Amino acid sequence: MSILIDSNTNVIVQGITGRDGSFHARTMLADGTNVVAGVTPGKGGSDLDGVPVYNSVAEAQGAHRVDATVIFVPAKFASQAIREAADAGVTLIACITEGVPVLEMLENYYYVREKGARLIGPNCPGLISPGKCKIGIMPLRIHEPGKIGVISRSGTLTYEVVYNLTTSGLGQSTCVGIGGDPIIGTGFIELLEMFEHDPDTEGVVLIGEIGGEDEEAAAEHIRARMSKPVVAFISGRSAPPGKRMGHAGAIISGGRGTAEAKVRAFNEAGVAVAQKPDEIPGLMKERL
Amino acid sequence: MKIHEYQAKELFGEYGIPVQAQETATEPQAARQAAERFGGEVVIKAQVLVGGRGKAGGVKLAASGEEAERKAGEILALQIKDLPVERVLIAPAAEIQQEYYLGLILDRGSKTIVLMISAEGGVDIEELAATSPEKIRQLPIKPVDGVEVGALRKLLAEIFPSPQLQKQAEETVEKLYRLFIENDCSLVEINPYAKVDGEQLLALDAKINFDDNALYKHPELERFKNPEEYSADEIEARRHGLSFVSLDGDIGCIVNGAGLAMATLDIVKLYGGNPANFLDVGGSSSPEKVLNALRIILGNPKVKAILINIFGGITRCDDIANGILMAMDQIEIKVPMVIRLIGTNDVEGRKLLTERGFQVAEQLSDAVAQVVRQVEGGAAQ
Repeated sequence: MSILIDSNTNVIVQGITGRDGSFHARTMLADGTNVVAGVTPGKGGSDLDGVPVYNSVAEAQGAHRVDATVIFVPAKFASQAIREAADAGVTLIACITEGVPVLEMLENYYYVREKGARLIGPNCPGLISPGKCKIGIMPLRIHEPGKIGVISRSGTLTYEVVYNLTTSGLGQSTCVGIGGDPIIGTGFIELLEMFEHDPDTEGVVLIGEIGGEDEEAAAEHIRARMSKPVVAFISGRSAPPGKRMGHAGAIISGGRGTAEAKVRAFNEAGVAVAQKPDEIPGLMKERL
Repeated sequence: MKIHEYQAKELFGEYGIPVQAQETATEPQAARQAAERFGGEVVIKAQVLVGGRGKAGGVKLAASGEEAERKAGEILALQIKDLPVERVLIAPAAEIQQEYYLGLILDRGSKTIVLMISAEGGVDIEELAATSPEKIRQLPIKPVDGVEVGALRKLLAEIFPSPQLQKQAEETVEKLYRLFIENDCSLVEINPYAKVDGEQLLALDAKINFDDNALYKHPELERFKNPEEYSADEIEARRHGLSFVSLDGDIGCIVNGAGLAMATLDIVKLYGGNPANFLDVGGSSSPEKVLNALRIILGNPKVKAILINIFGGITRCDDIANGILMAMDQIEIKVPMVIRLIGTNDVEGRKLLTERGFQVAEQLSDAVAQVVRQVEGGAAQ
């Protein structure tokens, strides 16, 4: 098993005719993903390597069973694309696009939830259940099917961690890049819960970074509710202080959000924190 | 994007939020003239894009034009947290009876915009937040719902003693919220929100941060852009679509992705090295971006070695390799370069580079150890 996506997941690509959309639609196909359709307004009727292109998500939804969508459209059109997918009844929406205005995301967050859909991202690499389904931009060949769940706020850092897991013989059940923006569709806690209940996941790697308090909240959740081992990594330990958002930022975080605070929160929750990505597999193996 | 107090107050004024008359000056002489136009006592405030200027001596009172000139001169000679003061704001000194605090901020945790309000505003607000957080009241606002008037009135009644002040504060909150939403702000703050003579509330300070991702929607905010918000190389980097922060070490770093870039700097430090910069070439890299990144890094005379760490996803390693080769042909690179390439199209990328005599690492720890050794070796010679 895995979480969110598996070999039965039918995927569409919004923005399939763009530079990134077409490139990654092809890598998704090469990874064995069921890419059933693409959407680009005005390009309906064409195809990409045999994948039919439609003008709208609703049109694609009419012709195929669609379980998930991955969005590659430019930032200016990303909110519209997210809402279009939610309106059409797609239940899993991964938005790769970076640079979406945060107030738009704040509204999208509630909009998507009200429609009963789940949003991953934006500004994320997507998600993959290795050997079954890939929805996003992760490079080929670094993943391996297995028993470790991965949740990460970062994109490329996730690849680094996954690469280290795979070369150490630790395959992955599902890897989810949740995105680095202030407002994201799905956070650490919901995914930790899913991994806790996934019979084929034996341990979870959590990759966080400085800023915000999501890691602290995740640490508290792990302490109270997780039986499976969790290993964490926090990037930004050496980042110089001072890039903060005025008094209000300090007030809302109450002095939390620093790398030290996050490491401390994890340590107190019994979570091992690696100092560099290549320490993660060893720490995980000790705990499995 | 951050803006100065005088600019934020201009925008406040446009939204009808009560502010004082103000002038700005870049020369002590001009401050004197402004003070003389106002007559009476004035306050002179440094305009810098960091907090804590009051405690750094950047806010002074002056009773005459002559005193204003002298004090403006002192302030204009200051460096506050490494930023030179290039402009001062001059306004009539207010007789403050009480300092309140009013702020709106996007709260990622609760996924709301949070109104924060306190009867104990002023320069010690952060200390108050740490020691008595209950004294800062919060009201979460969902953009779809807007400010809930009933809850707002209840909160204001607890903070402000008279109905007259409550009414003024309610109007200010509504205008402030409209300003926040209409301009895609991430922070709007009034501290102090001061009660002055005649039961009047005034925004005696103003702070606004805008969401950079939404600036394209607001061409009218261009007028507030301050070149000093970023260093020269940061501006150059932005122009080329690179995310760059200068640091004080000697190892120039080029990485893709902010998380991996931060982790790379962490590991450089862990191995005893010192990064010269944070540089994220971003996704969808083109060879030109790498060329520009190398140009910016080599513009820093402190750089003794360069570490390029790319884990290709949306970024293709062959694009990066082509960028490095383009740079070799166009600029003179005298410092050693350690390259680590892996991920999308890495075989193609590595081939391009090894054909030109480069050694390309696969393991990040190896690459970091190597670049730190290069710098140490250079220092030993």
